Amino acid sequence: MKEMKILSPTAILGYGFPESSFEAGMAENPDVIAVDAGSTDPGPYYLGSGKCFVDRAGTKRDLTFIIKAAAQKNIPVIIGTAGGSGAKEHLQRDIDIIKEIAKENNLSFKMAIIPSDIDNESVLNALKRNRLAALSPAPMPSEEEISASSNIVAQMGPEPILKALDEGAQVIITGRAYDPVVFAALAIKQGFDSGLALHLGKILECAAIAATPGSGSDCMLGILREDHFELKTLNTERKCTTTSVAAHTLYEKSDPTKLPGPGGILDLSETTFEQNTESTVIVRGTKFVPTDYYVKLEGARKLGTRTVSFAATTDPIMIKELDNIIESIREKLKSNFADLKKEDYFLDFKLYGANGASLFKTAEKSIPEEIAIIIDVVAKTKELSQALCSFARSTMLHFGYAGRISTAGNLAFPFSPSDFDGGDVYEFSIYALLKADPLEYFPVEVIQI
Amino acid sequence: MKLTDIAKVIRSKNAGPYEITFDIIFNDKQAFDNFTNAGILTKQSFANLYNIKEEDVLGIIPFAPANALKITIVRPIASGQIGERDVYGAQQHKPLMELTFEN
Repeated sequence: MKEMKILSPTAILGYGFPESSFEAGMAENPDVIAVDAGSTDPGPYYLGSGKCFVDRAGTKRDLTFIIKAAAQKNIPVIIGTAGGSGAKEHLQRDIDIIKEIAKENNLSFKMAIIPSDIDNESVLNALKRNRLAALSPAPMPSEEEISASSNIVAQMGPEPILKALDEGAQVIITGRAYDPVVFAALAIKQGFDSGLALHLGKILECAAIAATPGSGSDCMLGILREDHFELKTLNTERKCTTTSVAAHTLYEKSDPTKLPGPGGILDLSETTFEQNTESTVIVRGTKFVPTDYYVKLEGARKLGTRTVSFAATTDPIMIKELDNIIESIREKLKSNFADLKKEDYFLDFKLYGANGASLFKTAEKSIPEEIAIIIDVVAKTKELSQALCSFARSTMLHFGYAGRISTAGNLAFPFSPSDFDGGDVYEFSIYALLKADPLEYFPVEVIQI
Repeated sequence: MKLTDIAKVIRSKNAGPYEITFDIIFNDKQAFDNFTNAGILTKQSFANLYNIKEEDVLGIIPFAPANALKITIVRPIASGQIGERDVYGAQQHKPLMELTFEN
């Protein structure tokens, strides 16, 4: 029977994996090693700033195992969404790591590099020519948001990777890619069912997270056959069960039965999950339903610079008065910096112990024993955010609230200095679909390493 | 009855930067069937539970292969936007966890 084995070493390149699991995976003689390196989960900062959210040393450690093992077996390695967000700086960091590994280990191979950046002007043109579609509930980006974006990437489908494979690349590294395609590309090239290949990729992109107990830093093997695929753990401590695999299908998805991607939708409405051995699961019935070809765009822009101050209060009278105190500090800040407009700064008090982590205004607060307070200031410049944070902190420290008995100071600071530089602050500025040809924005460059 | 009596997983997570999705995985098929057939979670009741607008509840979707119910809502702010409280959206499950209903 025709089959293909795909090894996924870890959920995100750099998160690590046990050497024994990786060796067990290589002993299965996989046809390809594929790994996803990215996510939008850590927020807009990483895309916008060009910084990588996974540490360089961890990434190099994982890639060293992967590149050496693949070279030994002469199988391809495919890495998606390099450097975490897949923009040019992220891609370059991981290219540099691969070159270092090749040099240190005397390895030589053909490497394909597939960037995914789109310049602001092209996106503006697409907006004007009605080639952008909103990705509700995200808003359609405005001209201003597009122009101000510091990085914009498009999520590639499998086609640019197929081209790189056709050109004989042994290592393929991409900018932003739709997560499943790095796992599915070789299978699609060899004529396997693309619905099954992409669904398998959807699961393998999180590696052992789909097992029980789950882990983001352990390997998983996918075995694709003509009318089904099988998932196999590579660590005896873990099992794939129908529940663990089906539950993973829900993870981070709006709707588990319809998963849209470049050029089509994965339809899971007739998918079945069947326990095969005690630790392997067989999946059947997923279909790929082609649609018009769109790629997802992601962009981020800089809003300003953050300064934060950490403090806490234990005073029950102050805790009861906190909402009023905060309102008064906002007013005092406004009158003290009378030239500032509302849009020049953002001031937030995060009250831990009193619903501080909740995004929703739910449940009546009981009076907590103590509350941690984070004063969060974002302003256009670092100097302004420091000045406003300092003012809010000192005003809160000595504020004479109603019923005050403790008159020496209202806040306990765990640190000196009390205020911290929070760095540049970005927001997602583009999250929309772009009508495109599959290869239009993803040039494939093949180099000899 | 408490939801935690009949569900082994109750969780929240971003589904992209503009949505939060909640998963309830029931202990078994019977618990899943009983709960979904009783119509306990509707767009309106979920909106009340989280103090959000009903139209911001995008879908309540049963997924039988996992004995699971998924609720997806509009994120109050995009992930990482100023004012953020939970970048990954992974700690918004408590009101759902504390849901009680008549058996």
